Parts: sequence; structure tokens; C-alpha cells
Amino acid sequence: MPRRRFLAASAALLLAASLGVQAEDYPTAKVNTTGLAVTDTTVTVGQLHSATGTMAISETGSIEAEQLAIDQINAAGGVLGRQIKVIKEDGASDWPTFAEKAKKLLVNDKVASVFGCWTSASRKAVLPVFEKENGMLYYPTFYEGLEQSKNVIYTGQEATQQILAGLDWICKEKHAKTFYLIGSDYIWPRTSNKIARKHIENVLKGTVVGEEYYALGQTQFGSLINKIKLKKPDVIYAIVVGGSNVSFYKQLKAAGITSDKQTLLTISVTEDEALGIGGENLKGFYSAMKYFQSLQNANNPDFVKAFKAKYGEKSVIGDVTQAAYLGPWLWKMACEKAGSFDVDKIAAASPGIEFTKAPEGYVKIHDNHHLWSKLRIGQWQADGQAKVLYESDLIEPNPFPKGYQ
Amino acid sequence: MIILAYSASEIWSILVMQGFAGLSLFSVLLLMALGLAIIFGQMGVVNLAHGEFMALGAYIVYLCSEVVQNHMPSLAPYYFVIAIVVAFLVAGIVGAGVEWGMMRFLYRRPLDTLLATWGLSLIMQQTFRSIFGAREVTPTLPEWLMGSFKPTQNIDIPINGVFVMALSLLLTGGITLFMFKSRTGLHIRATMQNRAMSGAVGINTGLVDRFTFALGCGIAGVAGAAFTTIGSTGPDSGQRYIVDTFLVVVFGGSASLLGTVASAFGIAQGQSISEFFLEGTMGKVATLMGIVAILMLRPQGLFPSKVRV
Repeated sequence: MPRRRFLAASAALLLAASLGVQAEDYPTAKVNTTGLAVTDTTVTVGQLHSATGTMAISETGSIEAEQLAIDQINAAGGVLGRQIKVIKEDGASDWPTFAEKAKKLLVNDKVASVFGCWTSASRKAVLPVFEKENGMLYYPTFYEGLEQSKNVIYTGQEATQQILAGLDWICKEKHAKTFYLIGSDYIWPRTSNKIARKHIENVLKGTVVGEEYYALGQTQFGSLINKIKLKKPDVIYAIVVGGSNVSFYKQLKAAGITSDKQTLLTISVTEDEALGIGGENLKGFYSAMKYFQSLQNANNPDFVKAFKAKYGEKSVIGDVTQAAYLGPWLWKMACEKAGSFDVDKIAAASPGIEFTKAPEGYVKIHDNHHLWSKLRIGQWQADGQAKVLYESDLIEPNPFPKGYQ
Repeated sequence: MIILAYSASEIWSILVMQGFAGLSLFSVLLLMALGLAIIFGQMGVVNLAHGEFMALGAYIVYLCSEVVQNHMPSLAPYYFVIAIVVAFLVAGIVGAGVEWGMMRFLYRRPLDTLLATWGLSLIMQQTFRSIFGAREVTPTLPEWLMGSFKPTQNIDIPINGVFVMALSLLLTGGITLFMFKSRTGLHIRATMQNRAMSGAVGINTGLVDRFTFALGCGIAGVAGAAFTTIGSTGPDSGQRYIVDTFLVVVFGGSASLLGTVASAFGIAQGQSISEFFLEGTMGKVATLMGIVAILMLRPQGLFPSKVRV
């Protein structure tokens, strides 16, 4: 063992000893009855994101946040007295590759848990593998809901947690009656807009004056902007993702649709996207998220400081990045509650776990493996950061909402 | 009819802006297709890395923007014009290098060209990713480009759209003059029509190939540079453009510049009108169906080449 690593390892062991969690208290034969990659001193986990391809833009933040959490856990003594080792696999933005790599992690490497996936498509591709091989996946992205599995912990919001409270707020604050729904053309925006439409029509008694989808990567929104000008909705509700985002907001601004004349609420712009779009093009528009980098609470400033210290002063933290950071911590707490690394025991122990040190504040795992979380409305500023204007109460996750399908 | 609920002046301004949206899409498509019309249309080379040359141009603008911001902020309002020239030169030089290192061995093997240029596109994408990172980047554009121009109260004409339009018209005019009025243009056309005979009368056909390929790539670089005003740039931005680009060139009839212009105009107007009356995705579907139908009737495209081969 190289001396530096030896020193680091002994320091960590010492620290662990001083904290009172020791590997000897948890003999390997007892904490690992299913043949996972657990030794007396280490436990191996997997990380499965796209480091290359289209999705690398979005997934890089999650990779970084998970690594930060793992480093911090290791520095604090690891999990059940064992240091976490990570095997990183690249899903390469290709869904069959995700399934293949998931199988490799679970069958060949016998990892104790996997932190990974970003798009719904990649999650759907690996889900059968995780259920068949009985693995554990911590999934960070806010998504459309309509899913629940023993083998997945969803650390992002499902659709109702992100949509309903946001619409309620905008309706109350802006006395909004008419909405124009816009999305990129795939499952998440379509399902989310379906829920939004039901809520607008049935609960808020408003009208949807337009609902449109544009291909991923669309860069021309001239016709759409003219229709918006013609219909003059009170609120533009936008779920445009990826590169299209930049064109969309730039063209809105160039067409004179700015926040002093038009209210716009989006659930697809985080600090990561804002970096690409440019704060000056977003200024005054609203995002509904559970986390913003500017959030002021007891935990967040330390998290932001640690993140910037590791990844540079210019790095930004978006909603999903924060949710990804929760994964390793929630897994550690589940292992400690269960006193075991066994997937079945972790799955059973997870509901009810509370994480009070979460950068977003307090979260708790629900019986349905989603998190209780708050919704926040942020207003974008010229510097690409959001000012938090509103914070809801803790919202119960409800991946199968009745009356919204 | 929705129209009834609006005043005449509102309908007039929507008509103007919608017309402008169509023209703006037209100039974008034309700009994308010009370089390919030269490489594919004149040389018959299917260059699947064309989109990556556009991305290269866009990244050059980004680099210039970073340099100007950090070292010579006083140049910020004008750097964009210089950046476009730099993008043209760099993309052209890289294109010449690619022709010298790869393409010239493949002219008689069109299918291998397809694979080789596709491989090249993957290499270029990964290079962008390694150098600039996976995140999309946007250059800081001069303020005068980003506003809108308001002839009346209800009409907003985006200045970046006007800029792209002017650039693409200028470039099309320039290329047409160059191809049909200059001596080099004559050499290019001669070489493409009859290589052996051109060689026999003393034209250095190898050099002409290199120059033509480089010119096409350089124009792709300019297109990419112009697109930074309407979108962001990522390692795989090129992939977004390549399908539309081939669509325009093939639909226009591959060997004719006029065909490229007409096809870009037709596709742009068709798409922007159908997007207005249908919704986004359906508008695209309607446009593509129209193109398929027309290509079934005219497999050679709108303006097929009349040259005997």
C-alpha cells in the first residue's frame, strides 16, 4: 500500500474508532449474507451515469455530488466501519448500455448499491436488471412518477411534488387564469403537462390556451412565440430541456417577451441550465424546484462551500446535483439502521429514515421509497442564481396520483 | 376561427412577425446547407462530419469571446465579426488537413467515405468534449446583437435573426459570384464535371479538390459561428444540424446552388406555417411528409443537375 494511502486509511480508521463505529462490531459474515463486495475494511458501490454523450451535460453534476458525499462519508469513518470504494461505469447516454453496465455492476462486481441514472429512459432500462438481480439504485432526478420499486430509492421529486404547489403559488400570486404549456417531446414533459393541465382545469378552474411539444434539440421557436403573443396567456408553463432551452429563452427575449410583461414558470431550469442560457436571458422568470444553490438554511452553506472547494469556484449546483448528494448519505443511514448491507434489509429499513443534514433541509423517506420534500419557487437573477421567494410545507410523495391520469 | 377575436393591427403584426420567423428559419437552413452543397453537390462526397465543422466554428467564437473578455474587454462590441472570420479560417484549414490526410484517398470509394467521415465526426465530438467539457457553452455576445427592433408597437423583429439573414444572403451571393465569375470557380466546376479533361488542360485537380473541400468546411464554420446567436454549443451540436442540412441539399437537387436556396426557402416556409397552425412536433411531421411526397414525384430533387455525366 502506498504510504499516503496507508496514512489516509489509518487516519480514517482512527477517526472511525474515535466515533465509535468499528468494523469489528459488525463482522462481515453478519452484515453481508448475500455475497456482496464487502470486506472487513471496505464496501464497494457502483456509480452509473453518462460521462459521455448527450446526457453528460446534465449527469456530470450528479457524478460530482455523489463522489463528494462518498468522500465525506469515508472521512467520517465510512459505513459500518468500512471505507466506501467506488466502481464508476459510463452509461454513455445509451439506454441498452445502461442495462448492460447495471448487470455488470450487480453480477460481476457484486456492488452493495448503485448511485446512478438521470433520464427516465435510462432508469426504465435498468429497472428490470435491478429487480431481477436484487440490487439497490439511488435515483436522483425529478421525474414523471408512475413508478415505485423495492429496489429503487427516488431522491428527486415525483411530478406532483414539483407541479401542484408551483401552480398553486403562481395562481395565487399572479391571479393567473390562462396557461400556455410548452415542452420538449418525450415522456417527462408530456406526463408532467398532463398533470399540470388536470390541476389547472379541475382544481384552479383556469384554462389551458395552448399545449405544444417541440423535438429535443429544436432551435427555432419563432412560430411558437408568435402564437404566444396572439393568445396572451397569463402564464407560460415551460418544460423545455437540453440545448433547446438556450434558444427558447434567447428568442423569447429577442421577441420582447420579458419578465416585466410576461410571467413564466418552468420546472426544467436549474442552476446548471441557467449557466448555459445566461442569467440575463432568464431574469425575472420563475423555476419550481426543491433546491436552489442560494438556499439559506443551517446545512446548505457548508455543502456549497465543500462542493466549490472540490470542483472549483465557478461550479454551480442544481436541483438534481443536490438530490444526487443525498443518495450515499441515505444509503449509509439505511445500512446503519439495518445493521447490514443486505439489499432486502436496506429496502425494508429505508422508510422512515430522516436526514436532517440535507442541503435542502429536512428529508424523510416515505413507504413508497420517494422523499418527503418541500417545493420552492426561485426567481432568476442576472447572475444566474435564483432568489427563493416561496417555500411550501413538506409535501408527501404520491407517484400514482388519483385523478391526474 | 380564432382570427375574429383580434383587431386588424394585431393580425397584421402577427403576419409580419410570422413572415419574419419563416425567413429567419430560411436563412438558418440556407447557411447550414451552403457548405454541404459545395462538398456534396460539387464533389459528391457525403461528409457526415459537416455538422461537427459547424460546431467547430461555434467553439471558435466561444474561444474568441473568452479571450476578448479576459484580455481585451474594449474589443467586446466588435469581436463577433472578427470571430466569424477566424471561424472561417480555422474550419477551412482543418478541412484542408482532413482532405489531405483522409479524403483524397477515398474519392473513388463513396461508401467508405460515408464511414470515414462518420468516424471523423465521432472523433471531433470526443475532442470537443475533452477540450471544452460536456456542458454546453454560450459565448458572451455583444449587446447590440441581442435586442429587438420595433417598427410599431406590436411588432418585434429580433436583431440576431436579421444578422443571420444578412450573413446568409451575403455568403450565398459571394459563393455564387465566386463559382461563376472567378477563375478558381471555373476550375472547380471544370474539375467536378470532367476530371481527366481538366487535368489535361493543366488544372491541378488535386489542389482544386483540397480547396473546394476546405471552402465547404470554412462555410460550415461560419454557419456554426452565426448559430451561436440563436442557440448554445455542445460537443454534439453538430448532430442536431446534420439531418436538416442533408434534407435541404437533397431536396434541392444536389448539384445546384439555386436548388439549395429554393429548397431551404420551401422547407422553412412550410415548417414555420405548419408549426403556426398545428403544434411543434406535428408541424415537423407535416413538413417531412410534404418533402417525402415531392421526392417521390421528383427523385432528383427540385432542381436536378442538367449536366451529362
